[in-house]
Amino acid sequence: MLGNEAIARGAYEAGVKVSAAYPGTPSTEISEYLVQYKDDVYAEWSPNEKVATEVAIGASVSGVRSMACMKHVGLNVASDPLYTVSYMGVNGGMMVVVADDPGLYSSQNEQDTRMVARAAQVPVIEPSDSAEAKDFVKRAYEISEQFDRPVIFRTTTRLAHSQGLVTLKDREEIEDKPYVKNIQKTVMMPGNAKLRHVEIEKRNKELAEAANTLNLNRVEMNDTKIGVITSGIPYQYVKEALPEASVLKLGLVNPLPRKLIEDFAAKVETLYIVEELDPVIEEQVKSWGVKAIGKEIFTVQGEYSANMIRQAILKEELHIKEPAKAPGRPPILCPGCPHRSVYYVLKKLGLHAAGDIGCYTLGAVAPLSVVDTTICMGASISSLHGMEKAKGKDYIKNWVAVIGDSTFLHTGVNSLMNMMYNKATGTVLILDNSTTGMTGHQDHAATGKTLQGDPTWAIDIPALCRAIGVKNVVEVNAFDIDLLEKTVREEVAKDEVSVIITKTPCVLLSKAKKPLYRAVPDKCKKCGMCMKPGCPAMTKDKDGTIRIDDTMCTGCGLCDSLCKFGAIELVKEGER
Amino acid sequence: MAAKNIMIVGVGGQGTLLTSRILGGIALQGGYDVKLSEVHGMAQRGGSVVTFVRYGDDVAEPIVEEGQADVLIAFERLEALRYAHFLKPDGALVVNDWRIDPMPVVIGAAEYPDGILEGLEKEYKVYAVNATEEAKKLGNSRTFNLIVLGVAAQHMDFTKEQWYEVIENTVPPKTIEINKKAFDVGYTL
Repeated sequence: MLGNEAIARGAYEAGVKVSAAYPGTPSTEISEYLVQYKDDVYAEWSPNEKVATEVAIGASVSGVRSMACMKHVGLNVASDPLYTVSYMGVNGGMMVVVADDPGLYSSQNEQDTRMVARAAQVPVIEPSDSAEAKDFVKRAYEISEQFDRPVIFRTTTRLAHSQGLVTLKDREEIEDKPYVKNIQKTVMMPGNAKLRHVEIEKRNKELAEAANTLNLNRVEMNDTKIGVITSGIPYQYVKEALPEASVLKLGLVNPLPRKLIEDFAAKVETLYIVEELDPVIEEQVKSWGVKAIGKEIFTVQGEYSANMIRQAILKEELHIKEPAKAPGRPPILCPGCPHRSVYYVLKKLGLHAAGDIGCYTLGAVAPLSVVDTTICMGASISSLHGMEKAKGKDYIKNWVAVIGDSTFLHTGVNSLMNMMYNKATGTVLILDNSTTGMTGHQDHAATGKTLQGDPTWAIDIPALCRAIGVKNVVEVNAFDIDLLEKTVREEVAKDEVSVIITKTPCVLLSKAKKPLYRAVPDKCKKCGMCMKPGCPAMTKDKDGTIRIDDTMCTGCGLCDSLCKFGAIELVKEGER
Repeated sequence: MAAKNIMIVGVGGQGTLLTSRILGGIALQGGYDVKLSEVHGMAQRGGSVVTFVRYGDDVAEPIVEEGQADVLIAFERLEALRYAHFLKPDGALVVNDWRIDPMPVVIGAAEYPDGILEGLEKEYKVYAVNATEEAKKLGNSRTFNLIVLGVAAQHMDFTKEQWYEVIENTVPPKTIEINKKAFDVGYTL
């Protein structure tokens, strides 16, 4: 079972009734796996992580077990409710699943959720394989309810996307807690929050004390020359590299079990702390005067491995071959991706783009290289606005903001409101591919389908933009490059806010048999026009001859519409 | 049994996930502890992708490290070159003799190396098959990964019937027959 599947299963078995999430690698599949339990667990895609967390808080207040799921940067969006639900505590148990991404497989930064949790004074539970992921979810709810704390369930990419064996159990039917009105606990105005702050300090102390004996934390005494404190996936690397060592494996990583750690430290000759990302455990342990070695020999970046531990702790010299020299293969827009067409036009017009988070971030990659900035969800529109306010409306006549449909609904819409309110004139392109693409095609509020695939109300993005007050709302097919070019030219020139919506579905959404193009060498003048958008299905031989890979071509026709010599033609049915 | 380490490398979108899940399934059927590590998200978009499958009596880490792979399955030549150093000295390199240009090559910023297989053969046990062409003959070029898997299966200790059963349980129902046929092509090469 995938780590994410195990978390979903754990939630089901723990009697969770409500789950809300926004897709984000590596957390996305948790919600998708919950769909199979739809008779028992209500699960939804919310427009963003703040909303999802508030949905979970509401469910908890009403007395049921609830959860919200997100990636690490999603927690930044959700941190407003998180910091305050920490003061409120829970009624039904509540868990926020947060997936960190050491090594940045699919993220814009490498932040460590444990730091956020410490700031928000929220307990953190961290499993180290799929089996623990499932079992620890249940423990998370018990702790949440026993200590009146929301709990962060932290995973990392390697755990979320690794499979291991899991033993299934039945669902526990948890009776709803009665809702009893308690304004002092659930209305966080200053007078109440001041008292709650005292209360949560007390609760956290109780939990820290209990952590010394909780079975989430485990001592594996072995040879005492080397002792290691670790948690999560690095535990597996430690077991692989140091089978003889004594290990204190933490399942509850915030708050730390001080007595347990001090006792363990006293029993071993040299104590190491092995944790990916920030020295969260290390700094606390050292602050108690315990001698330990951590980031002196380990990095704060990327993923660890058994080899890394062998080198750092055992000082082993590993005889590893040098990797061969090979040209890199960075991620790219898929063949047939409508974004490629849009970026081709923007590049032709010499425009800069304030970018956003999604597949279309890849518009920053050569040969397109159109995207100038990528910050966080929704930032394209607001940062374009900032440029205009700094430099004036003429400065942004060669800029546009580029954002996807799901990201627009996530937080982009706020930024568009700001543009209208504060008299902006910029142009926003909404690349509407009818899905949340990068994370693997999740529905959202404008697709007309729920997480479960049931039909629902679809938000009308053009109408939404008009309702905000945007007068110039234009819809264009992304592959109609002439019309798109004309539209962008016109809208950018206007001294008013414009929204151009290129509504063309993601090429991966349609399973229908697609047309296929081929290059005709006799007609080809080797001008290279068709290569400009950087389609991965096209290759140029050393003599300049173009070939189209028939296993990759999706028949979008962009190359054909760029060729002036008719050297690219549709392959007829029967000739394929 | 000490853990057996298998790596599948290729280009995002080539179906490494499906192949790794079949491999996970077969190891499970053999009664082993199994761990798999996959790649999702941005790296899947046409980038270089790696998945790991480890099985044995007791498996701790879910990844395969440099110099540890018993079998390296590569869906593309350049990716075989990129990850060959993960192989044990006596490991088997099963490679689809197929070229997909990475973007730096497409735009002329880098050259696709010549003679990749010849070079690798000097250092490793290489089993090359043009699975994509073979799959086209079967009428579905996307089944090439089962052909490559069939070749790799020759270097693993499971019966054909076990493989069939796992394929039946893993691939979409409509594609069971074509996938079994593709597996046969590789298994009998």
